[in-house]
Amino acid sequence: MKRALLLAAVSVLTLASPAWAQQAGHSGAAPDPHAGHVTQPRANTPAPADSCTPEHAAMGHCTLQPMTAAPPTGDPHAGHEMPADRSVDPHAGHSAEPETLPTDPHAGHGQSSAQQPDPHAGHSMSEPQTQDPHAGHAMPGQSSDPHAGHAMPSMSQTQAPPVAPPPPEAFSGPEHAGTTIFDPELFLRKREEELIREHGGYVTWMVLADQLEYRAQEGRDGYKWDIQGWYGGDYDKLWLKSEGEGEFGHSPEQAEVQALYSRALDPWFNLQAGIRHDFRPNSDRTHLVVGIQGLAPYWFEVDGQLFLSNKGDVTARFEAEYDQRITNKLILQPLVEFDLAAQDIPELGIGSGLSSAEIGARLRYEFVPEFAPYVGVEYERSFGDTARFARAAGEDVGGWSFLVGLRSWF
Amino acid sequence: MNQLIERRALLRAGAIGAAGVGLSSLFPAWAQSGSAGLAPTLPTLSGEDIRLKVAHSPFTVGGRTGHAITMNGVLPAPLIRLREGQNVRIHVENTLDEDTSIHWHGFILPFHMDGVPGISFPGILPKTTFTYEFPIVQNGTYWYHSHSGLQEQVGHYGPIVIDPAEPDPVAYDREHVIVLSDWTFLHPHQLFGKLKKQGGYFNRQKQTLSGLVGGDDDLARNMSLSDRLMWGKMRMDPTDIADVTGSTYTYLINGHGPAENWTGLFRPGERVRLRFINASAMSIFNIRIPGLPMTIVQADGQNVRPVETDEFQISVAETYDAIVTPTEDKAFTLVAESIDRSGMGRATLAPRMGMQAPVPPLRPKPLLGMKDMGMGGMDHGAMGHGSMQHGSTSDMNNGASSEAMAGMSHDMRDKSLVPPDVKVGVGVDMIAPMPVDRTGDRPLGLEEVPHRVLTYHDLAPLTAFHDKRQPTRSVDIHLTGNMERFMWSFDGVKLNEGAEPIRFARNERVRVNLINNSMMSHPIHIHGHFFEVVTGMPHGNPVKHTVNVMPGGKASFDLTADAPGDWAFHCHLLYHMHAGMMNVVKVRPMDDEGEVA
Repeated sequence: MKRALLLAAVSVLTLASPAWAQQAGHSGAAPDPHAGHVTQPRANTPAPADSCTPEHAAMGHCTLQPMTAAPPTGDPHAGHEMPADRSVDPHAGHSAEPETLPTDPHAGHGQSSAQQPDPHAGHSMSEPQTQDPHAGHAMPGQSSDPHAGHAMPSMSQTQAPPVAPPPPEAFSGPEHAGTTIFDPELFLRKREEELIREHGGYVTWMVLADQLEYRAQEGRDGYKWDIQGWYGGDYDKLWLKSEGEGEFGHSPEQAEVQALYSRALDPWFNLQAGIRHDFRPNSDRTHLVVGIQGLAPYWFEVDGQLFLSNKGDVTARFEAEYDQRITNKLILQPLVEFDLAAQDIPELGIGSGLSSAEIGARLRYEFVPEFAPYVGVEYERSFGDTARFARAAGEDVGGWSFLVGLRSWF
Repeated sequence: MNQLIERRALLRAGAIGAAGVGLSSLFPAWAQSGSAGLAPTLPTLSGEDIRLKVAHSPFTVGGRTGHAITMNGVLPAPLIRLREGQNVRIHVENTLDEDTSIHWHGFILPFHMDGVPGISFPGILPKTTFTYEFPIVQNGTYWYHSHSGLQEQVGHYGPIVIDPAEPDPVAYDREHVIVLSDWTFLHPHQLFGKLKKQGGYFNRQKQTLSGLVGGDDDLARNMSLSDRLMWGKMRMDPTDIADVTGSTYTYLINGHGPAENWTGLFRPGERVRLRFINASAMSIFNIRIPGLPMTIVQADGQNVRPVETDEFQISVAETYDAIVTPTEDKAFTLVAESIDRSGMGRATLAPRMGMQAPVPPLRPKPLLGMKDMGMGGMDHGAMGHGSMQHGSTSDMNNGASSEAMAGMSHDMRDKSLVPPDVKVGVGVDMIAPMPVDRTGDRPLGLEEVPHRVLTYHDLAPLTAFHDKRQPTRSVDIHLTGNMERFMWSFDGVKLNEGAEPIRFARNERVRVNLINNSMMSHPIHIHGHFFEVVTGMPHGNPVKHTVNVMPGGKASFDLTADAPGDWAFHCHLLYHMHAGMMNVVKVRPMDDEGEVA
């Protein structure tokens, strides 16, 4: 329906256009009868051929090759040393400007064109204008023009005025000008709601299922999850993490949840502190957590955590991963994880030192960044006393898993 | 309920109007494809009393319909045509359930009519009408848009043309308004949320392993492994050109997507004035019309000495007027390529409807280089590069050798390089080691194109700025950010963190130095004032309201603080502003007493 309407409109327009075109041809700026042919001001011009400056040519007053934008060299500064470029411009010569100015064909309508761009008319700032009525570009105007001489521009760049605080009068008057005109209570409330909060005060949340996977491994196949989410602003966030794994047909071997307060340390890293509770293998363990999570140089995502359990055990965990884009959608993500313990924890089968490590790689395809299925492999192995505990329990100390999973966030 | 009926009635009225007058209600008259230009027969909003209604509207592009916030039911908003010297009253009715506002971009007006909630006025509350009233003291091409929330992203913007009181120094036979913008079907808060969760979310043109091994056709050049490592060490991405890209944006010209091919008509031999307005939320465009040179005659509403070029970059919130003179009876494609080359806006200039010209493919994507890292100061002489035989800056810029980088990237966040009041904390991931003035540089990605490209140094005012005083003091403002956390700020302080306002004495002449410590372009806009961009060129400094500061570079402007009151000062990339890159400029005293100078 709407498309049909549009089509109808377009076709009618097309039919009508020749007539409009004809009309527009002579009065494009219709309200202004002089628009197309500004002849009056040029009546003052003595010799059109001499005064046919590029700007007038280009503006349609006469014909001449216009000045050109930066020539197609790779060097953006080329214009500085290219006299050839400037020679097209009669104003370029060092003495040309003062001489040309009086005969400037704009002189006639100088008053109009000088005042038009003046954005400050009506602000009682007309002092320079009243002194210089543009009558033939009087001398005072020129001498006070910082751009008249060729030494001035460079001066204005090299002799920049000093960095200084504002003068005292800049601190006078009402703090919020709007309160002098509008209801102050409403104004200040809207200032808070519509100005302050809306410019930098954004608070949002995210849930990232980094790993949701099926694991084909020796013995019984299993599953694993690693999910985190946060809520907060740029500096402070509430961070929740959960990870766990198990074999199908059994309750999870390991399952934990962390609730952390996250504080931005620098542009890339967050300090995180809070509580971790283990539901498996032993639900009577709760830990204090302190950690650092962020983006290391060379784009490594790292997460290091130190745990102190209610039983007095001190353990640590370190993870690092890297996104290697093969294409913009196909991404290989190598990952390492190390678990460490300060002491033996026999009831959990953990030995002191480096207790276990994982190394893996997941190849994901980002249909959209939020939805990326993957395949991967992972090798897991325990070390030292942990390995000894495992052997004693009749378990493997290491093994491969083949993974199929989904990485997703929203 | 009442609202709904009213909307339906409006739609019906629009439909009847479409049948009767030949104008669809879906686009404002000036933005209809096949427009003959701003002919007097076209209905525009003009005169002393203007009515605008802000409302929810559907918007269709590429065959899909989304939700927009529009004015008078159209996207872009109606063209407002005013005349210098008149007064205007603009009644804005807010039918939304949330606050709205209209800011008159580039206007010289009393501060309380400027339209920024919390700075100028309280805003336009739901179901109320606010009347803006001010004299028109300028002329040229301008635009208007919401300054509330993220409404600008969903369609709340439109063009303004102000005819000069005196004869226009620019002669032309026909004129078209070209409003560039970006549209997404994603809700702007969701979009912002994605940037907060993953700063590079929309960049789908990152460097890849296949690019390292086999070469990457999408990228302008392929980086060596050592260069990649250097960038990786800094946790910086050389392909991070635009935060939001064509992966979600449809780039619009006058509200039309590329496939819809907005067409503007001309007759061969006519001088056609194109009034370009970049009303995008986030998109910087490279503009060219293959086969048709453009003569720039106005920038930001201020006449400039005509300068001919083949391509120019238009940053967000800038306006450029160009004259083109197509002499042949053939069509030309108007290409608005996004700065990161992830998409383009496309339109056609043609003698008749239905004519088309070839659409050039997107060019390879640029990569950031040394100058964009703020190592521009290294270009000349230092490190022995001054003697490089082909040592053009673009070589340096794009071919940053790893050896040089290794020597220079010792500390990309050296706090001693900024004054102590710049907060180098979580929100600042980089401090440009040696930022240089880049107002004369070719714009990002156009360093090596084999044709003419406009720079700020090419812009010369047609008439000199009225205030010829030298500035008495300088103010340094550092443009800062953190790409990973998508935090943006001035001097390391977001507005919501209690940024200290920028204070000027009334009529004070000040030089403001914008030092870009980030690797992104920032179009910086000050409300209520024009300033002179300090180019140091003999032909004078261009007068603008928005200046694009290139990555790792500097730009200075001289400002006469002659408009008392409070004014917004911000990066015009909508999400940078929303992330905190916003501040308030206070010009005091308010009354005439105590006036300096």
